[in-house]
Amino acid sequence: MNWTIVTVFVVLFGTVTILGFAAARWRPGDMDLLHEWGLGGRRFGTIVTWFLLGGDLYTAYTFVAVPALVFGAGAIGFFAVPYTIIVYPFVFMVFPRFWSVAHKHGYMTAADFVRGRYGNRWLALAVAITGLVATMPYIALQLVGLQVVIGAMGVGGQGLWGDLPLIIAFLILAAFTYTSGLRAPAAIAVVKDVLIYATILAVVIVIPSELGGYGKIFAAVAPAKLILAAPTAASLGAYGGYATLALGSALALFLYPHAMTGVLSANSRHVIRRNAAMLPAYSIVLGLLALMGYMALAAGVAKNPLYADGFKQFGSTFAVPALLMASFPDWFTGVAFAAIGIGALVPAAVMSIACANLFTRNIYKEMIRPDCSDADESRMAKIVSLIVKIGALVFIILLPLQYAIQLQLLGGIWIIQTLPAVIFGLYTRWFDPRALLAGWAAGIATGSWMAGTLAFKASVFPLSVFGYTVPGYAALYSLIVNIAVATVMSLILNAAGGERRDETVAADYR
Amino acid sequence: MPDSGGALSEKPSNEAKRRRARWPVFLLLLPVLAVLWIPSYNSVEPQLAGIPFFYWYQLLWIVISAGLTLFAYLTGE
Repeated sequence: MNWTIVTVFVVLFGTVTILGFAAARWRPGDMDLLHEWGLGGRRFGTIVTWFLLGGDLYTAYTFVAVPALVFGAGAIGFFAVPYTIIVYPFVFMVFPRFWSVAHKHGYMTAADFVRGRYGNRWLALAVAITGLVATMPYIALQLVGLQVVIGAMGVGGQGLWGDLPLIIAFLILAAFTYTSGLRAPAAIAVVKDVLIYATILAVVIVIPSELGGYGKIFAAVAPAKLILAAPTAASLGAYGGYATLALGSALALFLYPHAMTGVLSANSRHVIRRNAAMLPAYSIVLGLLALMGYMALAAGVAKNPLYADGFKQFGSTFAVPALLMASFPDWFTGVAFAAIGIGALVPAAVMSIACANLFTRNIYKEMIRPDCSDADESRMAKIVSLIVKIGALVFIILLPLQYAIQLQLLGGIWIIQTLPAVIFGLYTRWFDPRALLAGWAAGIATGSWMAGTLAFKASVFPLSVFGYTVPGYAALYSLIVNIAVATVMSLILNAAGGERRDETVAADYR
Repeated sequence: MPDSGGALSEKPSNEAKRRRARWPVFLLLLPVLAVLWIPSYNSVEPQLAGIPFFYWYQLLWIVISAGLTLFAYLTGE
């Protein structure tokens, strides 16, 4: 066990813990009100939102998984970059409308909006359940990021005793999320993001100079993986996968409840628009992070006997911790590991709060106890947030990692199916809610089936079109099926005199 | 606060609308199309400081896209 790294890590982690509890008194509000606990009172300005969304969207799992993919698969792993390039124009154009209508009507979740826009509780329930089910494996995966750095520090061992640090970290997280709600991850995100930027700055300067320059780094990559494989006469090949992974992931990202929560906690629609221009700073970090996968190849960490145990236990997700340990003095490695570890806390907190908001507003209050008081609502949410986190912890400790990864893969395919109801709904009421529900079901079925044929190990489905194979992200293909079904059924239902309940008006969106 | 009179207040707001351009938002489609058109950048050459074109081109588009978004924000509502 490396004491220097552990000490630095624990000090930073301890700082963040104190911050998490103290956050309850930041811009104080009545935590017995759900929007205070669950949306920080909708008071966050541009800078806080930038830290919160950045910390929320760029997760610990992102930091280990993206480089791991590039380390193993090469160029196709870089799809995370075009994905972030597509996301922000989309957010800029679409999400101010969502903020405005949510602010006008007090909506706290996407399902609240769908309920108000379409007046159909089943469509709203479908959106709520999709959000919940898609987010839960994602929380579990944050723990994986934390687990990898804890393992890299040599703390703990096998079995439940080995998982003790993880359990402690998570219990701390659960405690300050309970007391401070969204203010906790917002405050902690500042520390996390500062540490991340510091780490990446050091990485892009120090490591290439240690390895002999970027030319040497890329020279270590197998030529076949350096760029994408060109299409052949029989198949569009990697081009199809790369483009559809980027586009599909971009469309899905802000449909996730934790991204919506970040958006809704802002104090004006202009905060969203400004952040769409400012958040790309994190995308540059992500791009450089992806290149760390190649740096790990060039540094030969996989062949280094020091890291053999780590690679055996964690696979290619160990590439980044190994690279950091090999390239930096121990104290800085502690900082970098803390960045990743804390980087698990922020999204895990926001995701659990988002799940709590969804369950409380759109399942508990909507279906079980419509007459519950504000205090009941808030208390239910706090409890749900706790349960969701404990569930994720149990999942990661007891079940093989593969299950969490597979569920997350499916989650990405499912969450995109809420796009027609939510995103189209921001612009038009033309679609019939029953048709949207049918489209949602068709999309979920198609997408899940496609993933099933790939044994849930990959998400790029080789669609055969007149004998030519067009590999594409299953989420995107199933979304097309979803939209097609919703459109056809809407045409029919509208002709038969469709329902037109809608509590919003056009001006609400501006 | 009561409105000072429809006829008096309409003209300035219409002028304000005309001054606010709507076309900058469509510039935001450029980065999306650029990164989706893979054949245009799937190559190793020309390199920049040892980094293959495929990589630095996409990283550059992050910056361009942010710039276009900022422009759309400043000229927008």
